[in-house]
Amino acid sequence: MSFLNGVTLLLIYQLAGEISVMLLRIPVPGPVLGMIMLFLTLMLRGRSSESLDGASSALLSHLSLLFVPAGVGMMVHFDRIVTEWLPIGVALVLSTVITMVVTALVMSGGNRLLSYRAKKDA
Amino acid sequence: MPEPDLPTIWVYLSASPLLGLTITLVAYSLAYRLYLYSNSHPLLNPVVTAVGVLIVFLLATGTPYEAYFEGGQFIHFLLGPATVALAIPLYKQGANLKKLWLPLSVALITGVTVGGLSSVLIARLLGASVQTQMSLAPKSVTAPVAMGISEKIGGLPSLTAVLVVVTGIIGAVLGTKLFALMRLRDDAVKGIAMGVAAHGIGTARAFQVSSQMGAFSGLAMALSAFLTAVILPWLLDLIGLFG
Repeated sequence: MSFLNGVTLLLIYQLAGEISVMLLRIPVPGPVLGMIMLFLTLMLRGRSSESLDGASSALLSHLSLLFVPAGVGMMVHFDRIVTEWLPIGVALVLSTVITMVVTALVMSGGNRLLSYRAKKDA
Repeated sequence: MPEPDLPTIWVYLSASPLLGLTITLVAYSLAYRLYLYSNSHPLLNPVVTAVGVLIVFLLATGTPYEAYFEGGQFIHFLLGPATVALAIPLYKQGANLKKLWLPLSVALITGVTVGGLSSVLIARLLGASVQTQMSLAPKSVTAPVAMGISEKIGGLPSLTAVLVVVTGIIGAVLGTKLFALMRLRDDAVKGIAMGVAAHGIGTARAFQVSSQMGAFSGLAMALSAFLTAVILPWLLDLIGLFG
């Protein structure tokens, strides 16, 4: 029963997210807004619940299963992948490496700045 | 009543959602077992194996994707509630969030911007079609969110799903080597870079290194999913104007 409560709550937040996105015309997927609303609720409430934890870990522990049906949809795009394999492949590898390097540099730079300021204040 | 021979049974089954649903679960659990058996080798990512097996099966039996998706949609539907469920691990990282919010938000905004724009620009430079560029743009974000973004900006959600998985594998394979090359020591920094670039598949890899790196990677993955959904459509509008 408690698992059911958790799933129901997730669906209610998703539904609220979808409806708000449509009403307010924000260019964000409905479930993402639902996630933000649930996150804010948890912050305000100060704790999560057992049923919510159970439902969330059940869904997230097999997250990769959930994108299999969409991935199989690749069979519809075979022609595109064959003709555009070079730009797709290069863009994926280069952009992933660039993203990791830039994020790591900015984060460690920011950390250094923070500890420098903390030292100066002390 | 006609004699129930194999072709008749097949005609019945291929029209029912039961088959698509069942073969998805069977293919995934076999793929997952293979993945565990290989000590979680990133190239044997269960999504890749399961998708490959299913495509071969559908092509061999001449089943169109639409017929398969009649059953697959039940699993596909769960992507929505799973996205909402990301709020819980994010909430549990609350203490880290409070401590690091300033450098973290600067790093995330930069990472998300660079990731989205670089993939579109590289693909555009090498002559990819606009639809492919748009399908590539949200590649670093966890699949359910990436597919939603792709749909909004005029990409192909199913192509995006595949590109997201491939991106995750690239990040998981190259990430740790790259961080060693950059001489990074801080697991928090490494985890954040991994989560921004390579979402859940990168996060799974980060947990193998240390639980701290995994937690930060998960945090970065959830936050960058949200940021990308907000920033990316607007950014692409911008380069659409200047490109």
